[in-house]
Amino acid sequence: MTITDSVRSALEQAPALDKVESHLHPAGSFDVADHAVPTGREEIWRFTPLKRLKGLHADAPLDGRNVRASWAAPEGVTVGMVSGDEAADLRGVSGWAPNTRFTARVLAEVPATLLVDVPAEVEADEPIVLEVDGTDADATSGAHVVLRFGRHSKAVVVLNHTGSAAVAAVVEVVVADGAEASVVSIQDWADDAVHLSHHQARVGRDATYKHAAISFGGDVVRMDANVTYDGPGGSAELLGLYFADAGQHIEHRIFADHTAPRTKSNAIYKGALQGEKAHTVWVGNVLIRKVAEGIETYEENRNLVLTDGCQADSIPNLEIETGEIEGAGHASATARFDDNQLFYLQSRGVSEQEAQRLVVHGFFNDLIRKVGVPSIEERLMTTVEAELAKNVLKDLSA
Amino acid sequence: MSKLVITDLHVTVDTEDGPKEILKGVTLTIKEGETHAIMGPNGSGKSTLAYSIAGRPKYTITGGSVTLDGQDVLALSVDERARAGLFLAMQYPVEVPGVSVANFLRTAKTAIDGEAPKLRTWVKDVNGALEALNLDASFSQRSVNEGFSGGEKKRHEIAQLELLDPQVAVLDETDSGLDIDALKIVSEGVNRFRAREGKGVLLITHYTRILRYIEPDYVHVFVDGKVAESGGKELADRLEAEGYDRYLKPASA
Repeated sequence: MTITDSVRSALEQAPALDKVESHLHPAGSFDVADHAVPTGREEIWRFTPLKRLKGLHADAPLDGRNVRASWAAPEGVTVGMVSGDEAADLRGVSGWAPNTRFTARVLAEVPATLLVDVPAEVEADEPIVLEVDGTDADATSGAHVVLRFGRHSKAVVVLNHTGSAAVAAVVEVVVADGAEASVVSIQDWADDAVHLSHHQARVGRDATYKHAAISFGGDVVRMDANVTYDGPGGSAELLGLYFADAGQHIEHRIFADHTAPRTKSNAIYKGALQGEKAHTVWVGNVLIRKVAEGIETYEENRNLVLTDGCQADSIPNLEIETGEIEGAGHASATARFDDNQLFYLQSRGVSEQEAQRLVVHGFFNDLIRKVGVPSIEERLMTTVEAELAKNVLKDLSA
Repeated sequence: MSKLVITDLHVTVDTEDGPKEILKGVTLTIKEGETHAIMGPNGSGKSTLAYSIAGRPKYTITGGSVTLDGQDVLALSVDERARAGLFLAMQYPVEVPGVSVANFLRTAKTAIDGEAPKLRTWVKDVNGALEALNLDASFSQRSVNEGFSGGEKKRHEIAQLELLDPQVAVLDETDSGLDIDALKIVSEGVNRFRAREGKGVLLITHYTRILRYIEPDYVHVFVDGKVAESGGKELADRLEAEGYDRYLKPASA
């Protein structure tokens, strides 16, 4: 796609400023005092049910002992908690300054950092799995995680969240030049969990970054998955899969900030909703800065509404400050089951419920394959199956 | 023993101006081993007949009956009709993204038979059916109808016909959009099915071309929602020579 001439000439007449006038990405600050407690009227908070966040967005303590973290590190990769100056040096290591109160508080108040270090040129054969298990949904805590992928390294990090907890987390990802990094974050929390998280990645020159956000469990799950580029040729694939049940709020926001030329971003988020007051939000922000010539971006969100009483909000935002790009596009669709698909399957003897099951599997299948981690793919299919059993397949066992 | 009996079938579809009657009293009996061709101009209701037999929701039956071996087909759901032995090869097969042909065929076969097919013979059967229709073995890994060419869609329909092995098959314009090679391949598939014991076929078509490859026992001319004339295969030859004008004139007079 190219930008029309009229837009291009308007862009050329605009003052050559690097500063971007936008409410979508306010200037960051490490000083907590610079971030007022959100009221819910702010653009970036207007969908989030603040009352259910247990104060994580405001001033809840972040020192609760309500999560247990454990990990398995393959050879050549270091995983461990660091503190003191070492932890302090890692605050903002992704080249970003906090743009929300909770992220500023996590960086200022949480003393230790969980650091995953994949040294340069190390290729990890097995995924690095970080298990985060919540033990108490009434306590509130904060976490700072840094995933550092050295030059020309290649590794997959899986963050697996289970159990009950209220957690505010900042995950900073540094993908050095030429590295190939995958980060899979699975939110498979218990029903009462609250999880507010911000994943910020800096993608180096010619580096490849894949981020997969997978959210099934929890009362409120909100994740911001952001990317900036540290040099030309970087590529980011932002994947998301979510399944919201009755009463659940699952919110995913992405921000691909094209800060370098010839970079790529490709986002695909797919969700299913079932049950009263199941609510999902997807906000896809893409900014093509003036410097970002020759970039390519595409973002897509699809929602499948399985029952009455659900709400899926889907908002793609594309801001373009240069017309000299390869392509930019977005798509968003929210729909119920396609009657034609169900009729076709049923006309082959397949029951209505089984037909619905097939269609939902099909809906997620391609995305699950894109995650590219075999052990996770199988688990995701099983989890989708379990989610379906709650509604679509309920009548089968009755 | 299978016999499809359609008696005085009336069907309406909902339009913006209210329900519109499409089928105006269709009576037709397909006995076991018989192939009936239904021919007619566009808009005569041929496809409506096919979809009504299969049970597509947007068609409302306002009168008449359809029975398969005495069983009331209209009282059955779409999937129950398929399990009772009916099959509809669709004019426009539907894409089901992310569902592989292999998974789809196995799920359908399991539903029709009431038990999962034996793995070893099933894989052989599927590959054989695909090969017979000139479809590559990799075809089974593709998503159902997604990105298929027109010819691939129709050949996939006939592969299903052979694998699911219904009692009565309704083929809705299976010949449309096919080049001559694809038409031959599809026709051979239908003929293999017909050669099986006691199978009935209702072949709906606009053109006489396919009847050179699939020889019908009876030909019915369908005009304005009902059978205007019935005869043997010689009726098809006459249609080829004269077209449908003879049937349309009284309506426009």
